[in-house]
Amino acid sequence: MSNNPQLNKSGQLQHLLTTEGLPASILLNILDTAEPFVGVTERDVKKVPLLRGKSIFNLFFEPSTRTRTTFEIAAKRLSADVINLNIAASSQSKGETLLDTVNNLSAMHADMFVVRHAQSGAAHLIAQHVRSDIHVINAGDGRHAHPTQALLDMFTIRRCKRDFHNLRVAIVGDILHSRVARSQIHALTTLGVPEVRVIAPKTLLPAKVERLGVHVYYDMAKGLKDVDVLMMLRLQNERMLSARLPSTEEYFKYYGLTPEKLGLAKPDAIVLHPGPMNRGVEIDSVVADGKQSVILPQVTFGIAVRMAVMSILAGS
Amino acid sequence: MQLPEAEDLLAVLTARIRQGISADTAVVGIHTGGVWLAERLHRDLQLALPLGALDVSFYRDDFGQIGLHPQIRPSDIPFKVEGSHIILVDDVLYTGRTIRAAINELFDYGRPASIRLAALIDRGGRELPIAAQYIGTTLDVPPAKMLALEKKADGKLGLSLYDKHQGNE
Repeated sequence: MSNNPQLNKSGQLQHLLTTEGLPASILLNILDTAEPFVGVTERDVKKVPLLRGKSIFNLFFEPSTRTRTTFEIAAKRLSADVINLNIAASSQSKGETLLDTVNNLSAMHADMFVVRHAQSGAAHLIAQHVRSDIHVINAGDGRHAHPTQALLDMFTIRRCKRDFHNLRVAIVGDILHSRVARSQIHALTTLGVPEVRVIAPKTLLPAKVERLGVHVYYDMAKGLKDVDVLMMLRLQNERMLSARLPSTEEYFKYYGLTPEKLGLAKPDAIVLHPGPMNRGVEIDSVVADGKQSVILPQVTFGIAVRMAVMSILAGS
Repeated sequence: MQLPEAEDLLAVLTARIRQGISADTAVVGIHTGGVWLAERLHRDLQLALPLGALDVSFYRDDFGQIGLHPQIRPSDIPFKVEGSHIILVDDVLYTGRTIRAAINELFDYGRPASIRLAALIDRGGRELPIAAQYIGTTLDVPPAKMLALEKKADGKLGLSLYDKHQGNE
């Protein structure tokens, strides 16, 4: 772990690229630091001067409105200057390489890059390449990782359930293509959740997924029994074009979260979803808007968690 | 060196503040020692407005040098700052930088009618033009030493002296 590219020589977080391989102490420090930021976002002046004068570049090589916006809000509430670059539509289409783009932005005195890329490992590549005073946050790379989403999920779970050590958590849906699921699994196991389940049709599960320390279920009725936390995943429409699923109707019938299926979990179970939701595909509207849903609090907490990550990185 | 009794100083400080309070006075403690003092002042002065607490970590001027402090507590200002008369409470007044940060943070909640400062001990050494309206006492403390308020098991407050490099502020 001494070669963890996310940590500097003194073991502090230098980049946030993945939840995999990060010690529990670092994950918990992020969650603890996010707590006071929740209070900041509830004030009249929703802003602190911590990152005043810092320049944060949102490098989105893949379209995303929601994630980019939450990073932008987080940076602005820390008083940083935010520059949004929708690279899919600019220099890359003119043939500039990823590292040339980064070199150019570094020459403009960037302090932090928030990177979203369709290719797994893109944020790692940038982190290895930049000067040591520049920090990189992975905002989703291919099928690999989406650490801030996983951390805001952990924050939401801890707020509702207080402790990780007595929980049964089920992750439901397209595990195969999901960077969110991978980051969730690593975070949950590191934080001491004793039982993490994945529930999905065989065609949407990676081979040998058990190696990540999860229990595999193909059947919602068995998999949801007595769980405390349900983490739903978005069924990406583009997957429907492949031969992995017969139809959205059939998917909803077997894996969509309806009030009946939710009834199999513990009565105080909570339902999470990273958004954007496909109502009637992976989740029934009655559940999405129901009292066990914490989907909108997740969005609110997501800002505080991203503020915490940016502050910790900028101060390391 | 001989340190004064914190409880005696708090009695002096409470008596001094009592002269200057009215129905719209609020006390706000600065974490951690200032919050303990503010809790006592709030109770003993029977203030109507609820007690406030500030953790100034997000407003400190040394973030660029030392980064974020660990264990930040949420700030909590449960009354309307706009138009209120606030007494800011800290345990030890020294450089004045913490107070500068606290004043900036308060203004992000609204525009108070006035802010006064109360400190249990003024040890001098100011680096900013900041002064306390209420103090328990002044005390000369060697620059290499750090003076800190502590809460004992029985809830009583006491003072301790540390070598600076051992503790953090």
